[in-house]
Amino acid sequence: MDHIPGTASRRIRANAVVVRRSDFVIRFDSVTKQYPDGTVAVDGLTLEADTGKITVLVGPSGCGKTTSLRMINRMIDPTKGRIWLDDRDIATMRPDQLRRGMGYVIQQAGLFPHRTVIDNIGTVPVLLGATRRAARRRALKLLDQVGLPANLAGRYPAQLSGGQQQRVGVARALAANPPVMLMDEPFSAVDPVVRVQLQDEFLRLQGELGKTIVFVTHDIDEAVKLGDQVAVLRVGGRLAQLATPRELLAHPSDSFVAGFVGRDRGYRALGFTPAGELPLRGETVVRLGDRLDSVAARATEGWVLVLDEHDQPQGWLAASAASDQGGAVTPEMLNLGGTLAMESSSLREALDAALSSPSGRGVIVRDDGRLIGTVTASQVLTRIEQERSAVPLAR
Amino acid sequence: MAAGGGALIIASAGSGLPSVGLVPRWLTTASHWTGRHGLLVSLREHVIYTVVAVLIAMIIAIPIGLVVGHTGKGSFAVAGFANAIRAVPAFGLMILLYVLVSPKIHFHGSIGWLVPRGAFASLVPVEAMLVVLAVPPILTNTYAGVRDTDPAVTDAARGMGMRPRQVVMRVELPIALPLMLAGIRSAVLQVIATATIAGFLPFLGGLGYQIFINGLPQINDPNVGYPAMLGAALVVAALAGVADLVLLGVERLIVSPGLARPTARTRLLRP
Repeated sequence: MDHIPGTASRRIRANAVVVRRSDFVIRFDSVTKQYPDGTVAVDGLTLEADTGKITVLVGPSGCGKTTSLRMINRMIDPTKGRIWLDDRDIATMRPDQLRRGMGYVIQQAGLFPHRTVIDNIGTVPVLLGATRRAARRRALKLLDQVGLPANLAGRYPAQLSGGQQQRVGVARALAANPPVMLMDEPFSAVDPVVRVQLQDEFLRLQGELGKTIVFVTHDIDEAVKLGDQVAVLRVGGRLAQLATPRELLAHPSDSFVAGFVGRDRGYRALGFTPAGELPLRGETVVRLGDRLDSVAARATEGWVLVLDEHDQPQGWLAASAASDQGGAVTPEMLNLGGTLAMESSSLREALDAALSSPSGRGVIVRDDGRLIGTVTASQVLTRIEQERSAVPLAR
Repeated sequence: MAAGGGALIIASAGSGLPSVGLVPRWLTTASHWTGRHGLLVSLREHVIYTVVAVLIAMIIAIPIGLVVGHTGKGSFAVAGFANAIRAVPAFGLMILLYVLVSPKIHFHGSIGWLVPRGAFASLVPVEAMLVVLAVPPILTNTYAGVRDTDPAVTDAARGMGMRPRQVVMRVELPIALPLMLAGIRSAVLQVIATATIAGFLPFLGGLGYQIFINGLPQINDPNVGYPAMLGAALVVAALAGVADLVLLGVERLIVSPGLARPTARTRLLRP
């Protein structure tokens, strides 16, 4: 797994960065791509990718999402229609120059195996005429920005994990500070845990940089998580729906979109509603190292929450397991089934914390991981009911 | 040639290869190394024939291999051509070219220390034959090295705004380098082995001179015949070994460590 030293300090700095917004809009104007054998990959696509926003193209395989992306940097040329970058028709621009102004990240990272990490990242600056030294200086900065330690600079791609390779891929795409980023399933080839990490870091980075991003994925969860707007494409390359993620989950335009968006979309839609004020209850807790015979007295409904010395919840301890034996509370005794929700989390995470907790009480922590209190599933549901009556989900 | 040697070996089958024991003495006799027809001169000629042939073959094969590998056009022709060439008999080709081409060459001067006076007309068929031998391994390996480049890597290179020539020179060529060098090594070994037949043509030498011109006619003199042939053959083998080591050293120097084939040592170094 990737260990990222110094994440906390970076997060603080991220908030302090002056937000720069690029002003590059990408517009598809009835774009069609038909191959010589007659296959239509993209059919009359009209779409606008807003400045500084993430537009996700999502759909089953064969829906033309990658083809659409590759038409933006002219890796593929459309058969009909135009693509505009602001007020310029990209068909009039030189492909290599157009591409140098757009970051490009692909699924397998596509790092140059014969170049070190730092020289991989410096590729586009060197193409644009930067000296090797200037390119390396810039690359070191980016290495830090994507959460990689500087000692990876001299490594070769084969010496990196999949997650690290993808981060280098993102850093390489950002190296010349392009206003536009094109990303083709950049996180699909890594394992689920690393994927979530990369997605979170990507959102943080986008918060800092505000690029105009077109992002292709086949994973609707990823689309809904990352997109400011989501374009669902159907096989044959036609646009089925273009909407914000929340809208998409609440009002799928037809049965194809509804089917693609998935079964538990009602539950997933909760991910867009902040939990806000939940009626938290205090817990009597024990700490790691406390005597076991003190546990039973502090347990509620058979379970007691165990904290470490920093007030961070470690897991639940069953009162029955503690009984009257001597000895101390150790991490091995704990039930780790419950998820944690943060005070800034969504209703979805709060509900999940409650549902997954062995005690039925969902643990809510501060952003720094310290315990605030617990909440039950029925309390979260009450909150959902209130939300629903305040902002009706059905139109 | 083979027939004559074979007959002699059969004739002496009862007592083993004649004069084998005299080879070390022949090789360590200083007068066999020095002088106008000594081993050192032959060795130098041999190296020149080899280097010239391999360089010309590289100039022909590498650009074609790069272009065919990059565009994918003509790969069928490359494979067919390379296989067809492998079937060409080297000796026959050399004699054929000597008969057809050499009479039309009217340059009889010398070219620096490379080509002695009068040797040029003989050298052309020899080098042409050696180039024909050396091109296929270099061509097919260059082509294969480029073609085997991960498509994601070339896609990323294009997507970042490299022009086709930059994709070839900055990405595909360095990545194909280990395979290219393997092709060059195999070409060098083949050329060193085959350059021995250059000695058959007038004005030419090489280590084959010691075998065919010096050793063979004196086959009945146990002090010169077999010892010279075997001794020179050993020098050819040694030269091949040294050339291989030198090229391995070159590979170490110019191939990126990121492309190192995973050997036991590099695997240990990896995290």
